[in-house]
Amino acid sequence: MTLKSILMICAVLSVAACTDPGRFGGDDVTSNAGLGGGGVVPGSASDPTSVAYFQQAVGDRVLFAVDQSTLTPEGRATLDGQAVWLLQNADFTAVIEGHADEQGTREYNLALGARRADAARAYLVSQGVQAGRLQVVSYGKERPIEVCSNEACYAKNRRAVTVLAGGLTG
Amino acid sequence: MMFRLLLIVMVAFGVTSVAAQNGPLRIEITEGVIEPLPVAIPNLVPENAEAAAMGQQLSRVIAADLAGTGLFREIPADAYISQITSFIAPVQYADWKAINAQALVTGAVTVIGDQVTVKFRLHDVFSDTELGEGLQFAGTTDGWRRIAHKVADVVYSRITGETGYFDSRVVYVSETGPKNERRKRLAIMDYDGANVQYLTGSEAIVLAPRFSADGNRVLYTSYETGFPRIYVLDVGSVQQRVLESQQGTMSFAPRFAPNGQTVVYSLSQGANTDIWAMDINSGQSQRLTSAPSIETAPSFSPDGSQIVFESDRSGSQQLYIMPAGGGEARRISFGEGRYGTPVWSPRGDLIAFTKQSKGRFHIGVMRIDGSEERLLTASFLDEGPTWSPNGRVIMFARETQGAAGRSTLYSVDITGRNLRPVRTPEGGSDPSWGPLQR
Repeated sequence: MTLKSILMICAVLSVAACTDPGRFGGDDVTSNAGLGGGGVVPGSASDPTSVAYFQQAVGDRVLFAVDQSTLTPEGRATLDGQAVWLLQNADFTAVIEGHADEQGTREYNLALGARRADAARAYLVSQGVQAGRLQVVSYGKERPIEVCSNEACYAKNRRAVTVLAGGLTG
Repeated sequence: MMFRLLLIVMVAFGVTSVAAQNGPLRIEITEGVIEPLPVAIPNLVPENAEAAAMGQQLSRVIAADLAGTGLFREIPADAYISQITSFIAPVQYADWKAINAQALVTGAVTVIGDQVTVKFRLHDVFSDTELGEGLQFAGTTDGWRRIAHKVADVVYSRITGETGYFDSRVVYVSETGPKNERRKRLAIMDYDGANVQYLTGSEAIVLAPRFSADGNRVLYTSYETGFPRIYVLDVGSVQQRVLESQQGTMSFAPRFAPNGQTVVYSLSQGANTDIWAMDINSGQSQRLTSAPSIETAPSFSPDGSQIVFESDRSGSQQLYIMPAGGGEARRISFGEGRYGTPVWSPRGDLIAFTKQSKGRFHIGVMRIDGSEERLLTASFLDEGPTWSPNGRVIMFARETQGAAGRSTLYSVDITGRNLRPVRTPEGGSDPSWGPLQR
């Protein structure tokens, strides 16, 4: 692992620490294991084949504008990283969860979440990930990660999250 | 769990005088009542020792039903000049006129074992006469609230000329916990929030239960498999089963057709959500819309011939009506903002909807051609209207903002004047109002 990539992980972790990255991963995330000595702890964020690494270093989620399902340049960059990771870790499958903020009706937000999840899915497939490895599900506004009722929270809730399953450590 | 042994028998007994059908004691709901009609509801007279407590309990529920409409105002008992101590003694109308009671409900109750029998009369005080015949209801003691609702339905019906709605139930989603860890389970209750019973656990997210027209079955969406799928639950047995669905799709927003055989719902395949119809017995499904836009929240007209739904095909969420078999849809919402969750009134005349405009949510109604739009509520987040069986009241959910935000049920009449919370043990959302019970 190069010094540059360790620094990148640190930077990502410092952001991720604010937003509870493990909430939808379903797996234990040991967010600072292995950072001090630079050693690789299997399953931790320092292990590039781990779910924790995918969530934090690669980035497991992309965000969307209000009532939109179009990928942003940042979103595409994150998905590029996800595609590379998924191609290198072929024993993982993923469910892509689409979410909406609370500013919408329940049914519409379910449909909007489906659009968002599918936008991420289609992009990953376009980058070479086998379609059969990816499923989509929409939660609409049922599972916000942030609970305040203003744009700072809404922006984080309008998301598509790639949740890994399978794999040696998953 | 769901069986409440209750037998209601209605018997009319002879009266000496019957008021003319269009007597003076009359509320025209459509005119919008500003001054509620004063009504006296003395405790029902207990006719045996076992009935001692029941007389007061029954009269309190009757009074709460009537006052809850906003059309009636109860005159407190400490204002009474004469007391009702016998069901057969003549009523001293002058004493009730003196306290300006326009309507008076008198009655008696007998309890024998687990059987309750209630007799009652409705009096038109200023005509010195009864309005309609005296009636008798009988049922079991554990169903006593239903008997009170039946009495209130008769009073409401005779004075307004409309069918009542008090002896009805509502299925809804009971909610606990903060927004990011909310737990949801299906529940059923009396229309006034009493007798809550839970129909599912809260292990999986459940959404938007919808009654069949006869009130015997409920459609809902559950994430039990990890993906939203539609289930049908038998209210009596609480047995449930999942409806057919294609692998890799999501289905939600189901609603019964009036015939109880067809279910309309939304199906998401990839990025696209369309409306489908399914025969609930055969599982055969048919696609009703095929636009790349979002089509969801379908609701049948009461005659089953048309479906109102929401679509963003114009670029924003709006309401449309199409034939029940699919085909050309016409847009009916044209105001400012976004419109969703349309529900056809059981009377056929109005569509209730949720509207988002300028950062606020509203429950509103419009005629089926989209005219005469009227917003009944406004708040941070009002959503998901459902109609009372007589089409005069709407129940919906209101979510408050912020980290401590909570969803609770409210009702509002179609004039928008009578907004009231519906008290439930936990939070509530997605109400679906069932039919008047038999």
